[in-house]
Amino acid sequence: MTATKTDGAGASLLEVRDVCKYFGNVVALKDISVGVSAGEVTCVLGDNGAGKSTFIKILSGVHQHDEGELLVEGEQTRFSSPRDAKECGIATVFQDLATVPLMSIWRNFFLGSEPTKGSGPFRRVDVKWAQDTMVAELKKMGIDVRDPDQPAGTLSGGERQAVAIARAVYFGAKVLILDEPTSALGVKQSGVVLRYIAQARDRGLGVIFITHNPHHAYPVGDRFVILNRGKLAGDWRKADISRDELVRQMSGGAELDALEHELRRGLDAPVAG
Amino acid sequence: MISNDPMAANPPAAPAGTTAAAPPPVPVKDERLTNISTSARILRRPEIGALLAAVVVAIFFWTQNSLFLKLDGISNWTDVASTIGIPAVVVALLMIGGEFDLSAGVMTGSAGLMMGILATEVGMNIWVAIVLTLIAATAVGFINGYMVMTTKLPSFIVTLATFFILQGVNLGVTKAITNQVAVSGLDTASGYSSANKIFGGSFWSPHDFRITVLWWIAITILATWVLTRTRVGNWIFGVGGDANAARNVGVPVRRVKIGLFMTTSFVCALTGIMIALRLASTQAGQGVGEEFQYIIAAVVGGCVLTGGFGSAIGASLGATIIGMAFIGIQFSGWNTDWRFLFLGVILLVAVLVNNYIRKRAEGARR
Repeated sequence: MTATKTDGAGASLLEVRDVCKYFGNVVALKDISVGVSAGEVTCVLGDNGAGKSTFIKILSGVHQHDEGELLVEGEQTRFSSPRDAKECGIATVFQDLATVPLMSIWRNFFLGSEPTKGSGPFRRVDVKWAQDTMVAELKKMGIDVRDPDQPAGTLSGGERQAVAIARAVYFGAKVLILDEPTSALGVKQSGVVLRYIAQARDRGLGVIFITHNPHHAYPVGDRFVILNRGKLAGDWRKADISRDELVRQMSGGAELDALEHELRRGLDAPVAG
Repeated sequence: MISNDPMAANPPAAPAGTTAAAPPPVPVKDERLTNISTSARILRRPEIGALLAAVVVAIFFWTQNSLFLKLDGISNWTDVASTIGIPAVVVALLMIGGEFDLSAGVMTGSAGLMMGILATEVGMNIWVAIVLTLIAATAVGFINGYMVMTTKLPSFIVTLATFFILQGVNLGVTKAITNQVAVSGLDTASGYSSANKIFGGSFWSPHDFRITVLWWIAITILATWVLTRTRVGNWIFGVGGDANAARNVGVPVRRVKIGLFMTTSFVCALTGIMIALRLASTQAGQGVGEEFQYIIAAVVGGCVLTGGFGSAIGASLGATIIGMAFIGIQFSGWNTDWRFLFLGVILLVAVLVNNYIRKRAEGARR
């Protein structure tokens, strides 16, 4: 793994400090502090309703935080829109909203950032170049697209995530935020997506990987943050936590112990904890 | 899916992935891609169904009356097709962008009436009247788009309201000002002859093709260019296919959709101006109900009602079919009342065929 073990605050590509978010009188997030550095994967774990979605939406500019600070490369910022965040080099791949199914792969790949040639009224999308670039970029991720005009909806779930990740990497994202990229995928495809995450990290991106699955998080993560009911429930470097401990923490620690106890009673057989 | 997790957490040696309820994995990806044949590639074009249908309809009416495919016959049905086709093309763009405009038809009437009243009752030069009318129409389009985007109500409802408001205004204002249900005498206004030459006249003298046919072709080409070769075109597909996904990659969804509503109203008003100049008058009920013909043309041309798929050429072909049907029924000597039945059947068949073709084209999907 990469050797950025220093916790220097200035090194963070993207960081939030004591961020709070309220929806009416509902406290969605309270005092969350998380950061990610270049070439590092920060995993944000939490069960349903833990505030993962709200958190990701603040980072990607969909929502604005009510209190606290948001820093991009050490500078305090505030995103007014997803476009704003994108311009700061923060790319977000949303769970099921990664691609437009009826659009061709190349149109999806360049949606919102289409390459053009010519000028004035003859300024047009450079279709050939866009198609070739898309095929080349996906090849780097190990996907062989023969037909760039193929609708994205005909790709498998893992491939669609890959298209979105490849797109973010290609457009020079410094930080890649992935919203539950593996949750809807099968075993093999999850593995494929994890490999893409590692690739993005190795290319020097900071990755924020949001998931509820510690088994997916542990192999690629450098830092693990657990959210629980809108609050920060834990923050570890990989060296400081084992996979089993992460699983235990993620599942609510004591709650899991109780559950395990309950389940074990009936079996009356030792199960390795 | 979450509920699986505590269970999966129990056996500690569980490898990554035991949690996911795995659908059968895709075995060999490449096989699937190489199989796409040229025919599937052609069938994937949205307008292919409309093209086939247009050929069939043309041949059918030609067998009834051979004049149908002679220049004099063609000038007849292209006339009808053009005044449906011009709005249908922009309605198609709007539908690809995921929205409806039910006020599109009545807008042609409103525009003709407004221009007529400004020119005859107020005494403006016709060109000034045209410019003011187009500005007003674009403003109505803006209001449509703004309301849809702000209220998040379906555009079907918002523009239905606009439809009735405009219909009421058309009748009420026209009656109040002219004491009739029509505005006439446009040809006495200053600037009429030059405006009529550009918007309402004809060309190719023995056959008398309508000038609107040229506008129709030009607007179809322009719309196709915008849709397939410009950034905005890509955005239109994006906002119609999945507005959230488009927004998340930085497409200005609101601006694109409001722009589409404005374009639709603008072009529909232009069509109304063309019709009014040609007849030198406008009825207060002009255009009511025609919005459905535009939508039929767009759908026959391959537009999906839920947005994100379709083509401008397809909508033009759809308008061609409608034009051919209207004139063909006359040429065949049948009662013209049958044309609506014909329209309904064409719509139904087109939707079924398009559905089938699209499923086949994407059939590689498991």
